[in-house]
Amino acid sequence: MGDWMTVTDPGLSAESQNISLYTSETKMSPSSLYSQQVLCSSIPLSKNVHSFFSAFCTEENIEQSISYLDQELTTFGFPSLYEEPKSKEAKKELNIVAVLNCMNELLVLQRKNLLAQENVETQNLKLGSDMDHLQSCYAKLKEQLEASRREIIGLQERDRQLQCKNRNLHQLLKNEKDEVQKLQNIIASRATQYNHDMKRKEREYNKLKERLHQLVMNKKDKKIAMDVLNYVGRADGKRGSWRTGKTEARNEDEMYKILLNDYEYRQKQILMENAELKKVLQQMKKEMISLLSPQKKTPRERADESTGAVISDVEEDGGELSRESMWDLSCETVREQLTNSIRKQWRILKSHVEKLDNQVSKVNLEGFNDEDVISRQDHEQETEKLELEIQQCKEMIKTQQQLLQQLATACDDDTTSLLRDCYLLEEKERLKEEWSLFKEQKKNFERERRSFTEAAIRLGLERKAFEEERASWLKQQFLNMTTFDHPNSENVKLFSAFSGSSDQDNLPVHSKQRQKKPPSTSNGSPVCTSKMTKSLPASPTLDSCQTRSCVSEHSSVSVLTVTPEEMKPDQVGRECTSQTWSVVSRPGAQPGCSVDAL
Amino acid sequence: MEWSADSLFILCAMYKRGLVQVWSLEQPEWHCKIDEGSAGLVASCWSPDGRHILNTTEFHLRVTVWSLCTKSVSYIKYPKACQQGMAFTRDGRYMALAERRDCKDFVSIFVCSDWQLLRHFDTDTQDLAGVEWAPNGCVLAVWDSCLEYKVLLYSLDGRLLSVYSAYEWSLGIKSVAWSPSSQFLAIGSYDGKVRLLNHVTWKMTTEFGHPAAISNPKTVVYREVEKSPPPGLGHLSLPPSRAGARPLTNAAASESKYEVASVPISLQTLKPAADRANPRMGVGMLAFSPDSYFLATRNDNIPNAVWVWDIQKLRLFVVLEQLCPVRSFQWDPQQPRLAICTGGNKVYLWSPAGCVSVQVPGEGDFPVLALCWHSSGDSLALLGKDHFCLCFLETSKDVGAAFGRRDSCT
Repeated sequence: MGDWMTVTDPGLSAESQNISLYTSETKMSPSSLYSQQVLCSSIPLSKNVHSFFSAFCTEENIEQSISYLDQELTTFGFPSLYEEPKSKEAKKELNIVAVLNCMNELLVLQRKNLLAQENVETQNLKLGSDMDHLQSCYAKLKEQLEASRREIIGLQERDRQLQCKNRNLHQLLKNEKDEVQKLQNIIASRATQYNHDMKRKEREYNKLKERLHQLVMNKKDKKIAMDVLNYVGRADGKRGSWRTGKTEARNEDEMYKILLNDYEYRQKQILMENAELKKVLQQMKKEMISLLSPQKKTPRERADESTGAVISDVEEDGGELSRESMWDLSCETVREQLTNSIRKQWRILKSHVEKLDNQVSKVNLEGFNDEDVISRQDHEQETEKLELEIQQCKEMIKTQQQLLQQLATACDDDTTSLLRDCYLLEEKERLKEEWSLFKEQKKNFERERRSFTEAAIRLGLERKAFEEERASWLKQQFLNMTTFDHPNSENVKLFSAFSGSSDQDNLPVHSKQRQKKPPSTSNGSPVCTSKMTKSLPASPTLDSCQTRSCVSEHSSVSVLTVTPEEMKPDQVGRECTSQTWSVVSRPGAQPGCSVDAL
Repeated sequence: MEWSADSLFILCAMYKRGLVQVWSLEQPEWHCKIDEGSAGLVASCWSPDGRHILNTTEFHLRVTVWSLCTKSVSYIKYPKACQQGMAFTRDGRYMALAERRDCKDFVSIFVCSDWQLLRHFDTDTQDLAGVEWAPNGCVLAVWDSCLEYKVLLYSLDGRLLSVYSAYEWSLGIKSVAWSPSSQFLAIGSYDGKVRLLNHVTWKMTTEFGHPAAISNPKTVVYREVEKSPPPGLGHLSLPPSRAGARPLTNAAASESKYEVASVPISLQTLKPAADRANPRMGVGMLAFSPDSYFLATRNDNIPNAVWVWDIQKLRLFVVLEQLCPVRSFQWDPQQPRLAICTGGNKVYLWSPAGCVSVQVPGEGDFPVLALCWHSSGDSLALLGKDHFCLCFLETSKDVGAAFGRRDSCT
């Protein structure tokens, strides 16, 4: 159309020579012409039109212009401007109608073209704005692209770093694993090494043991022996049996019997356990069924389904039960059936419970929920009560403990004092008993003492009497002796009588008396002394004294004084004292006597 | 020294002189003297029928079986020198003996009635440490030394029933105990855990750890606490026991009682020397109650505490924490009652009803070094250094209500 435009526009304008030039040169730059024409077209073509029109067709070249126009129009497809030629030579008459039509057509075309142009211009504007927009978008997008590229690069960088790290860590892990493996290998190798060494040492040790064993056995130590007084009967009283193949077989039999018994026992236990568990499972199943079957009232489909399933299950299970009771309970299939049915029931129950939970969670104001809340409250109350009770119990326990402790310590005091009292009472009683005993003994002792003293007194009195008697008797004898001179017989009589009756104590007195007697009795003295010695074998000293005294008698009287002194030390203890007593008590008597005698 | 099983004879072994003397209770003039001579003597014990004596010679060269019935001798070669190499079944029919030949471990099962070799099989252990019969006499547990955690279970006829190994490389088994019903085998190891194997599958049922911090509120922790001494020295109260006046020193010695400590609680731990052998860590003492309901354990890291586990519920039931390290504990043979001694002058009793600490009366200090229950469960013998004390427990009253005593020098 651009070309067309260029052609028509100069055709339309047909003014200046430039334009006529343009008509000849149809292929010129349309844009400049177009722009020109646009400018031209925008201005109401009042002035230029005329000039243009006059430039093309003048009065001279009408025919030429008409023919030219006709040519142009026909080439464009318009009908010819000329009328139909009647003959060949006749002039072509201008068809005004055709011209007018052509003009109209051309005007219409012009309008169309203008419209088109406007459209095109608006489109152009639009496109221009679109272009701007797109350019701006493009710029933005370019920026974004740049930014994202940079980001990508950054992320790639990070990714790379992380991958590096990852690789490093993997490497480390591998290293560690390798190390662990190595260590394990080391351990294993060391273990084998140690085992090997141990075995070697053990072999050595075994060799030593063998050697030692040989030595021990070879030595045939008589020392290795058992020394029993007599044989002891066996624990079960039976006799020992010989070791034969039969006994070996018997032992094996017994061993197997024991094992079999044990296995049977265990199997029984396991069977019992199995039966119990099966019973429990069946009970559970029945209970579950019974729990689920009252759900017929709920209008839920699923429940119906479940009940349907339950009912069917019940029927099945009924059959199963009968079957199970018939068969042996250790059948694999029966077991499977039982477990499967229980699983089914359990699933149904679970779903039911879940439904209930959902119900509860959804509806808050239903009575069901209130019941729940209430029950929870009750539960809480109960727990509180229980806690209180627990606290109270704890306090009670504490107080009781305290009391117990107190009692334990207080009890000590009471019991100890009681015990002390008890002990004291016991002791008191004992002491009383002892006291009474003691008193009795004391009494006895007193009595005895009294009796003894009495006896002593009596004895003393008797002694006195006896002494007096003796003295008198002696006097008499002395008198008799002095009158009659019969030393032997009388002396014998004397001394025998005296020796028989008198004590040892009296004798030295007597001997002194004797000694003090005048030598007239000297004849009888050796006899006396001999008699004395006979009668007094226990006192050799006396004898010597007597002899000495006798000698002294023979020699002088001064010895007399010596002898008592000699006598005193010779006598021991009591005798001495008594002697002295007797001597002292009778210093007067004797000399008196002797004086008297003399 | 050992009583024979039918209580008719007493065995006295003098290891240094290699002599064993046996005395009869029925006939005081009967005597028996066994002289091992140059073979030496390392261990001596009765056979379960009370008529044979098993002597282990020096260097574990052999085990000689002397018969009192027939005056005969049998020799068993190559016994193993290990922690628990000889085990008799409870009914006394069979004896298992660990042997080692050519650097391999074997187990021989003998019939005790005629000392015939019933079974002889090798075990897949590096270094067998012990054998123990199950109380039902049908299963033999064999375990390896602490360098390797391995338990092998053999049936009476020598078949291998199962092998169990919890872990490798670390120190392994420290102690083993069968439950009296033969249902469980408890294995205590150096990692401070007890693993229970059940008798049906011989697989681990559960494992009990012994952490130093107890946080479960359901466990009861009893802590021994010294009672405050009586106020004032002038207050010399006569003690409530019938023993008579106690000297001043004992009255000043503190009494102790148990108090319930609130959970969470942390127990005293002991750090074992890392570079020495046989470290003091791991579960070293295990004992089941006679009804198999409870298991009492002691973790050597935490030497002051005794842990009681409920086997019905398979969880920790009670922890008893003492003031001194626990020396030994033993269950009453008739009921679930545990007696504990720590080397102090008190004996501690626990039962599910409660626990009590009882002081041993006597002049001066009586360090309770070991204890032993009577088979009827009525009395308890407490052994000190050179004294022993018999404790009678009244059956009608609660635990430890009555306490009688009888002293004598041993």
